[in-house]
Amino acid sequence: MEIGLVHYLIVGAALFTLGVLGIFINRKNVIVILMSIELILLAINVNFVAFSIFTNTIAGQVFALLVLTVAAAESAIGLAIMVVYFRNRGTLAVEDVNLMKG
Amino acid sequence: MVAAAFFYLFAGVCIASAFMVIAGRNPVTSVLFLILTFFNAAGLFILIGAEFLAMMLVVVYVGAVAVLFLFVVMMIDVDFAELRAGFLQYLPVGALVGIVFLIELVLVVGTLFVDPAVLHTAAAAAATDAPRAGVTNTEAIGLVLYTDYLFAFQTAGFVLLVAMIGAIVLTLRHKPNVKRQDIAAQVARSHETSVELKNVPSRAGV
Repeated sequence: MEIGLVHYLIVGAALFTLGVLGIFINRKNVIVILMSIELILLAINVNFVAFSIFTNTIAGQVFALLVLTVAAAESAIGLAIMVVYFRNRGTLAVEDVNLMKG
Repeated sequence: MVAAAFFYLFAGVCIASAFMVIAGRNPVTSVLFLILTFFNAAGLFILIGAEFLAMMLVVVYVGAVAVLFLFVVMMIDVDFAELRAGFLQYLPVGALVGIVFLIELVLVVGTLFVDPAVLHTAAAAAATDAPRAGVTNTEAIGLVLYTDYLFAFQTAGFVLLVAMIGAIVLTLRHKPNVKRQDIAAQVARSHETSVELKNVPSRAGV
C-alpha cells in the first residue's frame, strides 16, 4: 500500500492527541507539561512537512523551521521559569501557581 | 514496499514512545522517550524527503532541547511520586478529551479531500515556489529562506535572541557578600577621593 498524505496526517493527529492528553493527565508535573507541548509542536511540524512534500511547495518546510525555532525558545524560557520557581518555592506544584490571580 | 514497512516502523515507535512520554513514571525516562520520539519523527521526515528538517530535528531537539530538559530534571530535587498523586484523578477527564480529540481529528483526516490536481502534478510543479528538479532539499530551502522568507528568518533569529536573554535574566542570581570587580567604580575614582596626604610630625610616629 502506497504511503500517502493521509498516513502522515494520522501520525500527526495521534501525536497531537497524545500531547493534549499529556497536559490533562499530568496536571501537577510542569516538566511533563512542557514535554507535551513539544509533542504538540512536533505533530504540527509533521503536518507542515507532509503537506509541503505532497503539494510540492517548499514554504511548509520553511514554516516548520520557524515552528522549531519557537519551540526551542519556548522550552528554554519555560525551563528557566521553572528553575526560578523551584528556587523560590522549593516545589514544582503548578496547582499553587496562582499568585497573579486577580 | 520497504518504504511502507519503514513508515510503519517509524510511525509506530514514534507514537508508542510519545505515549511513554506522558505515561512515564519518572521524568528522566520521559525525556529519554521524548528523544526517541524525535529520532523516529526525523526518520519519518527522511522517508518523506525532507532531509534538512530531519537533521534539524536531531540537532535542535536531541542535541539541545532534550539535553536541557535532562539537565533541569536532574538538577531539580523534587519528589516526583508526589507530583503523580493526582494521576488517576485526572485520567477520566483526560482520556475523555483525548478520545474526543482523536475521533475528531481522524474524522477530519478521513473525510479530507485533497484535489489530486494539487498533488505531484504539473500544476504543483508549476507552483511559484516549487523546488526545481535536481535541486536537493537543503538547497531548495536555502534558496527561498534567505530571499523570499528573509524577514521571517530574521524574526526567528530575534525570537532566539530574546529567549536567550530572557533565560539568562530569569536565572541570574546576584549573591550578596560576594566581592566582585566593579570597573565603573574603579574608573570613577579620582585623585581627591583616593589619595590622602598626611602631615606626619617628626619623631611622633603615625
